[in-house]
Amino acid sequence: MFALSFMRYAFFASTFIAVVAGTVGVFVVARNLSFLTHTLSEIGFAGAAFAVFMGWSPLAGMLLYTMASSVMVGQMSTEESRREAVISATSALFIGLGILFLSLSSQTASSATSILFGSVVGISQAEVYQLIGLSVVVLVGIFLLYRRLKFSSFDRTGARVNGVGERVVAVIFLLLVALSVSVAAQIVGSLLIFILLTLPAASAKYFTTGTAKMIGLAILFALTGTWTGLYLGYLTNWPVSFFIAVIEVGIYLAALANRHRQAD
Amino acid sequence: MSGCKVNTKLYAKSKKEGIKIALLTVNDLTLAYGEHEIIRDLSFQIQPGDFLVVVGENGVGKTTLVRALFHQLKPRHGQIEFAAGTRLGYVPQFRNLVRDYPLSVRDFVALNLPLKLTPWLSKKERQQVTSILRQTNLLPLADRPLGVASGGEKQRAYLAQALLAHPQLLILDESTASLDNEVKYELLDLVTKFQMAGLTVMFITHDWELAKHYGSRFLHLTKTGYTTGPIAELPASPKGGAE
Repeated sequence: MFALSFMRYAFFASTFIAVVAGTVGVFVVARNLSFLTHTLSEIGFAGAAFAVFMGWSPLAGMLLYTMASSVMVGQMSTEESRREAVISATSALFIGLGILFLSLSSQTASSATSILFGSVVGISQAEVYQLIGLSVVVLVGIFLLYRRLKFSSFDRTGARVNGVGERVVAVIFLLLVALSVSVAAQIVGSLLIFILLTLPAASAKYFTTGTAKMIGLAILFALTGTWTGLYLGYLTNWPVSFFIAVIEVGIYLAALANRHRQAD
Repeated sequence: MSGCKVNTKLYAKSKKEGIKIALLTVNDLTLAYGEHEIIRDLSFQIQPGDFLVVVGENGVGKTTLVRALFHQLKPRHGQIEFAAGTRLGYVPQFRNLVRDYPLSVRDFVALNLPLKLTPWLSKKERQQVTSILRQTNLLPLADRPLGVASGGEKQRAYLAQALLAHPQLLILDESTASLDNEVKYELLDLVTKFQMAGLTVMFITHDWELAKHYGSRFLHLTKTGYTTGPIAELPASPKGGAE
């Protein structure tokens, strides 16, 4: 299987995506931003469709749209009471825009499918380098912000009275999430992004305590899903995203069962 | 809470320095939300080593005052001045911690370490965390998830987290409100040990009995004004007893 260059690229890319998604995901889950991530992926879809319409690379469009909108949506939805409504409205608007851009550009069906559901097996060497570059930016960002991010994600009340600089941390983190969404869209597609950005982290918190351990486990869960998914996709010719989805949901159910067992 | 040893060296310095200067001076303070004035022309001081209890019914502006102390609300009028370099600690009544809150007691307390750029903790930092856990009797449950700790244990974890940063002035904001009576006294006994070692305390409560038991001075806020003085002069509770 590794004799094929596109499979090698696919494994390489998915490894970086899993590491980024597992790391960022722990904070996404702790900050209750799972649905925001979902919205960002829909915004990413609109961005990618816009890029196809303009004749750019889909990644460029995704980055443009998600980075520009992440902070805006994050600010609008700080109030818990209206968060869901804001997120629903934004999702609707951007899915609509995505469909518009796709129908305006000549190449509809196949590019829509690859944006929505990912096309990791079709990834090129240049795209792998791009993806690694972006992943490194996200990971370095998280590294430098780690203590502040940890404090404000796991104890907002404490962070607020201890000079963590919560607003700045929140904005930088949303930008990093936007970057991660654009990166992860390459492999699972924009529809299924939150599988990698939220499920591995949400599962990890039922198995361990401590931020670093949760990140480690989340990465492990994400890697399990992407690697196995790629392998099964190679064997069966079925979509990789399907396998990843099934595996991550399976891990999450196991985590819930584990938690249930502990609670008894 | 017996057998708990408080590190006196930690606070000795602030005690010595602060004899002449008030830690906090509030002068002619007026706080308002829009047109609605909550606190009007309030003046008081906190001296180092004080255990100031701030008492008053709900709605007289206790929480508003705390928000102003943390610069979350700008005074309409007047000043809030801390002695230079005063570090504030804060223990809230509750936090939004769900049952599957994933951090252990130890990790939660350690959140308040200095915000360095390195993610990992140094050996010294780990020792500091262990030391404060020991002083607050949390060592036996240090590695349990905070989400499943009892109300009293959670409050002690909040206290430990605040104390980790070596504050000179610790603000307890209704920290005992949701606790059983016995646990209330345990928590405040513990706070008193740190006070003996030089920590200055501002305890916000509407529990008159606790106020009289632990306070050295009081600030009584009412809808129409305020009184302040040594604890012996605290007027009887308007309801005729503790709640």
